[in-house]
Amino acid sequence: MKDDMNKIVDRILFRYPAKVMKNRKEHILVKEPEGPKEISANTRTLPGIITNRGCAYAGCKGVVIGPIIDMVHITHGPVGCSYYTWAARRNKGKAREGGKSFLEYAFTTDLQESDIVFGGIKKLAQAIKEAVEIFHPKAISIAATCPVGLIGDDIHAVAKKAQEEYGIPVLAFSCEGYKGVSQSAGHHIANNKLMKDVVGTEDIPENQRKKYSVNILGEYNIGGDEWEIKRVLNKIGYTVIATLTGDAEYGDIAKAHNADLNLVQCHRSINYIADMIEIKYGLPWMKVNFIGIENFSNSLRNMAKYFGDAELMERTERVIQEEIEDIKDEINRYKEMCKGKTAVLFVGGSRAHHYQGLLKEIGMETVMAGYEFGHRDDYEGRDILPYIKLDADTRNIEELTVEKDERKYRLRMSPEKLEELKKEIPINQYKGMIHDMKDNTIIIDDLNHFETEMFIKALKPAFFGSGIKDKYIVEKMGVYSKQMHSYDYSGPYAGFRGAVNFARDTAAGIHTPAWSYIVPPWKKEPILKGKIEKEGVEEAC
Amino acid sequence: MLNNTPKEISERSALVVNPAKTCQPIGAMYAALGIHGCLPHSHGSQGCCSFHRMHLTRHFREPIVASTSSFTEGACVFGGKTNLKKGLETVFEIYNPEIVAVNTTCLSETIGDDLSEIISSTNIPKGKTVIYANTPSYVGSHITGFSNMTKAMVTHLASKDENGGNNKLAIIPGFVEPSDMAEIKRILKLIGIPFIMFPDTSGVLNSPNTGKYVMYPKGGVTVEELKDLGNCFGTIALGKFASEAAAYELEKKCEVEAHVLKVPIGIKATDDFIMELLQMTVKEVPKELEEERGQLVDLMVDIHNHYHGKKVAIFGDPDIVTSMTEFAVSLGMIPKYVLTGTPGSAFEKDVTDILKSAGIEDFRVKAAGDLMELHQWIKNDKVDLLIGNTYGKYISRAENIPLVRMGFPILDRVGHSYFPVVGYKGAMRIIEKISTALLDKYDRECPEEDFELVM
Repeated sequence: MKDDMNKIVDRILFRYPAKVMKNRKEHILVKEPEGPKEISANTRTLPGIITNRGCAYAGCKGVVIGPIIDMVHITHGPVGCSYYTWAARRNKGKAREGGKSFLEYAFTTDLQESDIVFGGIKKLAQAIKEAVEIFHPKAISIAATCPVGLIGDDIHAVAKKAQEEYGIPVLAFSCEGYKGVSQSAGHHIANNKLMKDVVGTEDIPENQRKKYSVNILGEYNIGGDEWEIKRVLNKIGYTVIATLTGDAEYGDIAKAHNADLNLVQCHRSINYIADMIEIKYGLPWMKVNFIGIENFSNSLRNMAKYFGDAELMERTERVIQEEIEDIKDEINRYKEMCKGKTAVLFVGGSRAHHYQGLLKEIGMETVMAGYEFGHRDDYEGRDILPYIKLDADTRNIEELTVEKDERKYRLRMSPEKLEELKKEIPINQYKGMIHDMKDNTIIIDDLNHFETEMFIKALKPAFFGSGIKDKYIVEKMGVYSKQMHSYDYSGPYAGFRGAVNFARDTAAGIHTPAWSYIVPPWKKEPILKGKIEKEGVEEAC
Repeated sequence: MLNNTPKEISERSALVVNPAKTCQPIGAMYAALGIHGCLPHSHGSQGCCSFHRMHLTRHFREPIVASTSSFTEGACVFGGKTNLKKGLETVFEIYNPEIVAVNTTCLSETIGDDLSEIISSTNIPKGKTVIYANTPSYVGSHITGFSNMTKAMVTHLASKDENGGNNKLAIIPGFVEPSDMAEIKRILKLIGIPFIMFPDTSGVLNSPNTGKYVMYPKGGVTVEELKDLGNCFGTIALGKFASEAAAYELEKKCEVEAHVLKVPIGIKATDDFIMELLQMTVKEVPKELEEERGQLVDLMVDIHNHYHGKKVAIFGDPDIVTSMTEFAVSLGMIPKYVLTGTPGSAFEKDVTDILKSAGIEDFRVKAAGDLMELHQWIKNDKVDLLIGNTYGKYISRAENIPLVRMGFPILDRVGHSYFPVVGYKGAMRIIEKISTALLDKYDRECPEEDFELVM
């Protein structure tokens, strides 16, 4: 089997022209027992290659900033970028009592040719004015699209002026689509700004702070994931101050520094801010995985260990037991339908790792996995961070340096105790996806159209978890493909009840009767010769 | 739902809220997919190509495959020449399309990349073709992009032979569904008119599941047919906004006479289409078609009581909306609000003419509008029915007005790729949808004592 995987990879690479082969070879590896090799990631996609990747704007406005519910998010540019990020990503949200949500709206300056020629600054300022007067939002964001950077519109100056004039925060993001090599650059740009201008601006007085306060970072409430996670956390006794950024209000993020622990779900999109918050405000972060029963349970146990309270630990165990009791029969039913089948995962920057555990729980092995826009540390773990060479594309993204905020910095526990805990639970640590994968599985970065087709043919998985762009390609090949960005409009998939939803949908996807009809009967069964002569001839005439 | 939209309408000169259009390149990509063996290529940032593929995929639930020049910051400084040249080489080496149709983006347009120069200096494999269209996102809308790419097919490929015509009609269906294109072809075949349809996404974006993935499905107009366009005896362009430019280009380039008609949605526009076909070819109308028309009229008489006199708001793309407005009038409905996001005064004029000649005075029509404005109109004076794309579902829920989905995009229902809205049969389908939408609401909400078995 071992040889097979390497052979499969070589056979596919061999079909490429030399230059492309050289490039792609570095992005694919087969896990071997001797320890992980280096994988190339977060580098440019070759022009012409049919990639799934998007742009910095998509990562900034689309992923990180867009889900903040009570802000008016103005896209400064021609109409398209705003339009495509309008309500399509399933980051759910609900207005708080007396509050607002703008999630079903799209706002744009809809730049026209004359704006490109003469500059779009005046139009942007006017658009902000109109947004304030009509909608009275808590805050406004401005996201730059490609041409804005080229024509030199100073969106930061406009934002500053508007902020002074209207007395509400106006955040400008220079997330032009050409920056970086994928959505990832946009996450970084969004993190920097939230850190600079939002986190830490609203204190919770000491007497109002609650025990076991946490933030959930890198959780965007796709299909209601955050609500399901929060349901369980609240049941155990945690208070979630801020989620970045699923169903978040601006004010939640401003208060985030008051929590006692940051939980990092999507490492790729949000690790920057987790690190910076620790340096500035003293609250550590811990890697969690809320997908799958065992992963979720372990994350809850680690959280309890962090707070070190016997009663909390006991309550955690009780809740885990209760929740599992509720779902186990149903999960087992779906496991019966899925066990022994194989899966391929190609998703963003964390789900390709997170879902492997849940798939295993329903009896499915992941034979290949990769990230669309992950970095080396998402594959190989954070230990390699000092050794990552920054190329020109990454260096163009601002690396924000923060300092300890002497007034607000607060140690949550003694450094010695924290060091002790680090030995036991993943505080400030992420071991990466490769660590959890079996030997002789394939790890692939920035999987493209050609490789998708080839690997599906070679590996014949029962399940391909990816996005909308390759879903229907794979399904035409007779293989169930599930959108892991939008959950095929289902969900939640996180937490205990989410695991059941995922198992149910996966079992349905693999077993839906439609697959059995792909080959028509006349291609499967011989047609009686006599019958053809009798009736067929007449018809032919 | 849409709770932040105030009833009071204040003038907005800069902020567009809930747009009723999107940008040019997606339209160009859709048109390019209507060429057989074509790989659309987006000359810009990766995000453009990704967004367009995603959105088209959501609408068609089919593979939408396209490549990109993957601009980085460096490409913006030095221009996108290297990215496009290398991109095209890679595309032909790996994906082996017959033809690549390049569209620009706001990025490459702002940089000022000269596509003609770049492509002519690129090593294109023998027998392969590259065409391009300038599709700046800051001009027009996705319909403009469709129009520009369709026109580019003529500009780059059509030619006229010395030795006479091909006896075929050139037909441009406009930004309509694969099912609509197939229906238009069926009508032409019924009458017996040989034709070249371009673009033609039927058989491309409604392809069967056979257990085998085919990167270039069987449908689409071929490059050879596009070259042969100059030998056609005439062009019928359906829709001013999506199709007219290509027809005039063909007239200018190869002296093929252009006939610009409405997209044949509804009885009147279909009648006009068929009359034009008959006049151009001196053919008889086939019995089958006349029977379909008769069935349509029969249905219009039978259930007019379901919708006659109802007020309707129609929004979406200009060519579709114009024809739909005309059909609504034919059904005895009252189009009260008619709106498109695409700019163009011809839209306002055409719709106004239709409504005025039907004696309707109390209406609003707007080009370059957005859905927030439409919603505010409705908040101030309600309608009974909405007809438009999926984005209308927010207004529909907020105001409890049923929505008949029509146009682009439809992201939350199926059927559009398979069942046409053009022609007489398409008109019957529209009636079915309108009637069902209105009656479903009534059945759900009427008092129990008014709940009826037969309607």
